[in-house]
Amino acid sequence: MIAHAFNTLIHLVLLITMPPMLLGVINKTKAWFGGRVGPPVLQLYYDLIRLVQKGMVISTTTTWIFQAGPIITLGAVLLAALLIPFGRFDAPIHFGGDLILFAYLFALGRFFTTAAALDTGSPFEGMGAAREVTFACLSEPALFLAFLVLVKLSGTYSLTPMLHSPMAHTFVTLPVASLLLIGAGLFIIVLAENCRIPVDDPNTHLELTMIHEVMVLDHSGPLLGFILYGASIKLFVLCALLLNVIAPFQSRFAMIDWPMFIVEMLAISVVIGVVESVMARLQMRHVPTLLVSASLLCGFGFLLMLR
Amino acid sequence: MPMPLELMLVACVVAASSGMPGLVISRRSNAGQWIAAALNVVGSTVGGCGLIAHYFSGTDIQQISRTWSLPLGHFAVGIDGLSAVFLVPILLISALGSIYGLEYWRQSEHPRNGKKLRFCWGLLTAAMMLVVLARDAIVLLMGWEIMALAAFFLVATEDWNIEVRRAAWVFLVAAHVGTLCLFALFGLLRYVNGSFDLWASTSGEIPAWLANTIFVVGMIGFGLKAGIMPLHVWLPGAHANAPSHVSAILSGVLLKAGVYGMIRVAACMPHPPMWWGMTLLVIGSISGILGIAFAVAQHDFKRLLAYSSVENIGIITIGIGLALLGRSAGHSDWIVLGLGGALLHLLNHSLFKPLLFMGAGSVLHAVHTRQSDLLGGLAKFMPRTFALIVIGAMSICGLPPFNGFVSEFLIYIGLFHVSASNAGNAWISAALAAPALAMIGALAVAAFVKLIGGIFCGTPRTETASHAHDPHMLMLVPMVFLAVCCVLIGLLPMTMAGLLQRAIAAWEMSPSSATISIGEFVPLYGFLVVGLLLAVLGFAGAMAIQRLRLRQPSTSAGTWDCGYLRPTSRIQYTGSSLSEMLTKLFGWVLFPKKSIVVLRALFPNQAAFSSETPDTVLDRGVLPPLRAIERAISWIRPIQGGPVQVYLLYVLAALLTLLVFASW
Repeated sequence: MIAHAFNTLIHLVLLITMPPMLLGVINKTKAWFGGRVGPPVLQLYYDLIRLVQKGMVISTTTTWIFQAGPIITLGAVLLAALLIPFGRFDAPIHFGGDLILFAYLFALGRFFTTAAALDTGSPFEGMGAAREVTFACLSEPALFLAFLVLVKLSGTYSLTPMLHSPMAHTFVTLPVASLLLIGAGLFIIVLAENCRIPVDDPNTHLELTMIHEVMVLDHSGPLLGFILYGASIKLFVLCALLLNVIAPFQSRFAMIDWPMFIVEMLAISVVIGVVESVMARLQMRHVPTLLVSASLLCGFGFLLMLR
Repeated sequence: MPMPLELMLVACVVAASSGMPGLVISRRSNAGQWIAAALNVVGSTVGGCGLIAHYFSGTDIQQISRTWSLPLGHFAVGIDGLSAVFLVPILLISALGSIYGLEYWRQSEHPRNGKKLRFCWGLLTAAMMLVVLARDAIVLLMGWEIMALAAFFLVATEDWNIEVRRAAWVFLVAAHVGTLCLFALFGLLRYVNGSFDLWASTSGEIPAWLANTIFVVGMIGFGLKAGIMPLHVWLPGAHANAPSHVSAILSGVLLKAGVYGMIRVAACMPHPPMWWGMTLLVIGSISGILGIAFAVAQHDFKRLLAYSSVENIGIITIGIGLALLGRSAGHSDWIVLGLGGALLHLLNHSLFKPLLFMGAGSVLHAVHTRQSDLLGGLAKFMPRTFALIVIGAMSICGLPPFNGFVSEFLIYIGLFHVSASNAGNAWISAALAAPALAMIGALAVAAFVKLIGGIFCGTPRTETASHAHDPHMLMLVPMVFLAVCCVLIGLLPMTMAGLLQRAIAAWEMSPSSATISIGEFVPLYGFLVVGLLLAVLGFAGAMAIQRLRLRQPSTSAGTWDCGYLRPTSRIQYTGSSLSEMLTKLFGWVLFPKKSIVVLRALFPNQAAFSSETPDTVLDRGVLPPLRAIERAISWIRPIQGGPVQVYLLYVLAALLTLLVFASW
């Protein structure tokens, strides 16, 4: 009981404090590849602190939905983060079917982010919204196919036991091929949902090729802070989801498993940083192909479960 | 103690007569519409009392049966759990829609067709009640025909408009093709059961080909009314061209009459073959994905809503398919989740779709155009309508914490149950349906962000849009009522559990005490917790922003637009620009039409661009063969001269021939 409360507490603390660091690690990795010093690992924390102290400029075109967008999106990802188990520890909230809530919370965020973007009346933000809703239609099926594999593997409908089921198997009984395939599919989803290269380039503000960054051009001050923080939590949550699929290791000692989880998360950020460094952004018309291939990878993973 | 069924019949008669007093009142007087609305509300209240009485009576089925002088069948009506679920939307939307119509279709503004509309409205309500109450095939067919004709005249309310007439004719043709299938269906059922009594499960000893024929014919006949994908051809035109409250009752309730039949036919065999359920899962998925893909591509916001009905019927069909699989495989959890999800989604759809159609009607009332690309920025002028449509859109996209999420949740869990089991090859279709449902959800978000963004967000694109205003209270109140229902079901789905439970029991033909409760598979109270958590997080976020704004006041300025100084409203992303990528992705089935004037000379004069997405199935699949048939049999035309007397002669001759043939 005490252990459970302790683990929940650590879950919450990590959830609130750690996400911005992942982006710092990614940027540091990219800087290292580019031969630069790069921004400090904690840069996003400094940005957030500065943003919440600033005033906002609110477009006269907008209505309440413009301000509701970042708030509801942040609330939705925070709630989603409470459903995902970190490492081998249980999620604070778990019930049968929470995987559906997980996926639909992101849809809730998307609904409000894109509506807020359109509310500004800016064509750039409209473009971003169009891409966001389009690509989501291709990544959602992949996510559910990956979930189907985990449902089949664990026989349960809740994220915590589902994501823990790979750990429960020995190496011999573990369906390695399936897990690797959905791991690859989920990795593409992580990149696409968080607007990383090769789907989107978070560095090129104001370009016509942007997705996420361009939707929030008109948000400023605390609202922008909410958006950046929410985006970092989304990255964190999806990486934690991926981690349980590709690295189902545990030592049974909380004192080892928690640090291991943190190290693994940082390692994933490094991998994302490497991917971003060695790849160019895809042309926009090729992104759907990449997302369809994510669905196919997860679909093949599911087929392999049916022996 | 009045009996539920008697109350229902009274409600039926009251509804049927609601438009009649208005027929004899002067065209200029508004009294007729008030009488009609009052009678509709009274009828619905009486019916509602009947439903409550049935719910608390504890009897599974109550039936009345009287012989009549007609040569066929007898007057038999009955109410069981399944009928009750379908009666809820009929009574609710009939009453709310007639209140909405008081202002939306005021007699003084529509002296030519107001009377007709209200007369048919009452008949439609009564006929739909008769359809779900009927326990005899002849009674059902009578209700079915009155329903089709009343709906035809409702669609054709503005019959001076060629487009409206065309939509109404397509509807009428589709309705009669459906009725033909129903003749065949009830003929077959009579052959099997020996009577026109309805909805008894046939004994399992009929040959497989006969059972399969019954299933296919029934699904086509009722599916035509429900609007599942290849059979939806009448739906977009009829919904778009009818007055908005009529669209609301068509989409919210009339389609459900088709679903009702599908669910009853699905129950006609105690042990149906596996492929029935699998077929429905596949058809439901196709209907869902293509329905919403067509919705995304539409520029006319009422057509968008119409296609989204096709999508929702698809989701409901997935649920029915799941229940059928459960029946075949003997898994009661699949039945409970599939049918429970389908029925709840049906109830939900009959709340949020009328809400959205009424909202669309308010917009139409204010700006007089259905082209969303001409609008924009209405959120400022119609804040109440905007808020209500946001609630409706979130519900229909299945976003938590509203009601659409609950019903889709049940169906998802059911699909996961199937794929986790190792039952035969049922999991294949379930495995396909779950990602399909996910894609439907994402596409629905795209479609409704398009609707909201195009109409309400940004700045007005035309002059008319900037003169819009919120509608009258009589139009707002029904919408508020529906929105509150959407929120309440989303937070408190356990209130619906009892209703669904009894319907599932009726479908399984078992006593209601014997079925497993939905709560065993789905934590119904979890939805309340999730809703509260979201509300708390949202409230905390809003408070935080508020505090920060007090400390550092915000300033307002024009939209930044990347430094572009003089943005006009025309550079905004319209709904069609938003959906352009998706329309292209689905171009292989949508066949969007574009016309563009290419600029050539140095000082080109004018350019124009237009795009539209007509219905592929109607324009490419149905009309060409029909035209070919028409050409091929044009030599038979002379016998169709026009005088009704001649047609009656044909009928008499055909009957006599049949009699002679029968007594041979």
